[in-house]
Amino acid sequence: MIEVQEITKQYGDKVVLDKVGMQFNKGKITSLIGGNGAGKSTLLSVISRLLSQDGGVVLVDEKNISEYKSKMLARRLSILKQSNHVRLKITVRELVSFGRFPYSQEKLTKDDVEMVDRAIDILNLKDIENAYIDELSGGQKQRAYMAMVVAQDTEYILLDEPLNNLDMKHSVQTMKIMRKLADELGKTIIIVLHDINFASHYSDFIVALKNGKIIYHDTTENIIREDVLKDIFDINIKICEFDSKRICNYF
Amino acid sequence: MVFLYRKGVYLRITVLTLILIILAILSLFVGVADVTVADIINRDIDKISLIYVSRLPRTATLILAGIGMSVSGVIMQQMTQNKFVSPTTAGTLEAAKMGLLIFFIYTPAAGVTLKMLSAFLFTFLASIIFLTIVRKIKHRNVIFVPLVGLMFGGIIGSISTFFAVHLNIVQDSNAWMMGDFSAILQGRYELIYLTLPAILITYFYANKFTVIGMGEEFSKNLGLNYNHIMNIGLFCVSLTVSSVVITAGAIPFLGLIVPNVVSLIFGDNLKKTLPLISLSGAIFLLICDIFGRVAIYPYEVPIGVTVSIFGSIIFLFLLFWRKR
Repeated sequence: MIEVQEITKQYGDKVVLDKVGMQFNKGKITSLIGGNGAGKSTLLSVISRLLSQDGGVVLVDEKNISEYKSKMLARRLSILKQSNHVRLKITVRELVSFGRFPYSQEKLTKDDVEMVDRAIDILNLKDIENAYIDELSGGQKQRAYMAMVVAQDTEYILLDEPLNNLDMKHSVQTMKIMRKLADELGKTIIIVLHDINFASHYSDFIVALKNGKIIYHDTTENIIREDVLKDIFDINIKICEFDSKRICNYF
Repeated sequence: MVFLYRKGVYLRITVLTLILIILAILSLFVGVADVTVADIINRDIDKISLIYVSRLPRTATLILAGIGMSVSGVIMQQMTQNKFVSPTTAGTLEAAKMGLLIFFIYTPAAGVTLKMLSAFLFTFLASIIFLTIVRKIKHRNVIFVPLVGLMFGGIIGSISTFFAVHLNIVQDSNAWMMGDFSAILQGRYELIYLTLPAILITYFYANKFTVIGMGEEFSKNLGLNYNHIMNIGLFCVSLTVSSVVITAGAIPFLGLIVPNVVSLIFGDNLKKTLPLISLSGAIFLLICDIFGRVAIYPYEVPIGVTVSIFGSIIFLFLLFWRKR
């Protein structure tokens, strides 16, 4: 289980995270929502040790992440940022193979190759596995990165706005894969989302941040309510029920 | 499938190794003094000792310097995530020069070990400063980073020149940096073997250096100790550049062209491309040197000139090819 306690992060005078504390449910998808600058991405970066906090602790399976060896933590927790800025010319298969890096640094074992094959399979990348990533479309690239995270085979998967730059088809595809990872492989997924309807449709829990504080943390159905959303986003949102899922109309 | 792919890689390595061996043998027999294979078979003592004292050291230095400079180039490119950074465009060569100058000013009589240490320390420090500057730059424009490097090198160079002018050793200090393999003799080139450990380390860390090239966050996610690998990279680059500069002088462009050409054709997975980069670097330098030896025979064109000419042609070609 991932637990954060009293996390504080400041940039100069600006408090980005203000004593944030919570626990993330295991085997579920938790979405982080909130306006720009609410602290979602910062929180995700702190949890994944990409950013060091000014105060508070992050516990992964009851152990402080600063006490983990970097390699061991990389076997439990993976993070995918909006990282389409890798400029290296490597093939999809090579990229996915780097997901096995925390296990076998310089040479892949047979098990590693199997994991890579499986990840390529899950993300439907078989036909482009030998293509260079710099020649792929945005959607294909995103899938390649996600395959790498799948190959990393961590209990916890953190994603920072994975739907950015993706069209509707690929956004839906991505979220369906997340659902599959949580439901079939029991992964715990924490995901920063901007589109409230994707959060409503695919997540089990929603955490809402505002001004560096968690203002709501509840099941999806308790968050996707007109009064709660107005509180989070400061705009009027109409909610309609459609096929037993709630759709938000904020246009 | 995997086997075929591997086979392709091995085939390329084999072909390049063969070319390298042929060129190395050629390099042993090209020069002002006429040495033929028959002389060796006939056990002509003078000719054999010529090969042993001059030609063999020269060929070994060419191969090691070629490998060393190209590998240093690619490591620097991985560390800065910028394809245009190399010892020439990051102030590394100027720093080595400054190290030699300081050595010359304070302990000119001291041994070659101290000279090496001085050059190494300065390249190491300059590389750290350059990396720190690069990390501080907010907008890491592809062209901006090497420009900063060139300016940084310019500053170091001007400081060195200032002291050199005062001490009246401008000509000497320029001569140190003039890439030249003609003065390499047994007993005066052995420092070049210091590149070997650096090259070996790079091979053992190939995957780690590839990961470094994907950025700090990427490396952290994969559990790689980013700073540790950066320091190892700095160490390897400084060791290689300073020992090459001391033995043969500065060889411009090599660290820029070879890795870029290989990357363009074979990609950036160092596990796969490092052997290709090393072999191509050695082959390129051997060709330049042999050409320099025969072009205005019996005189020699300094290697820096031939490398620059061939290098710029390839580089221009590369730029246009990239645009397409």
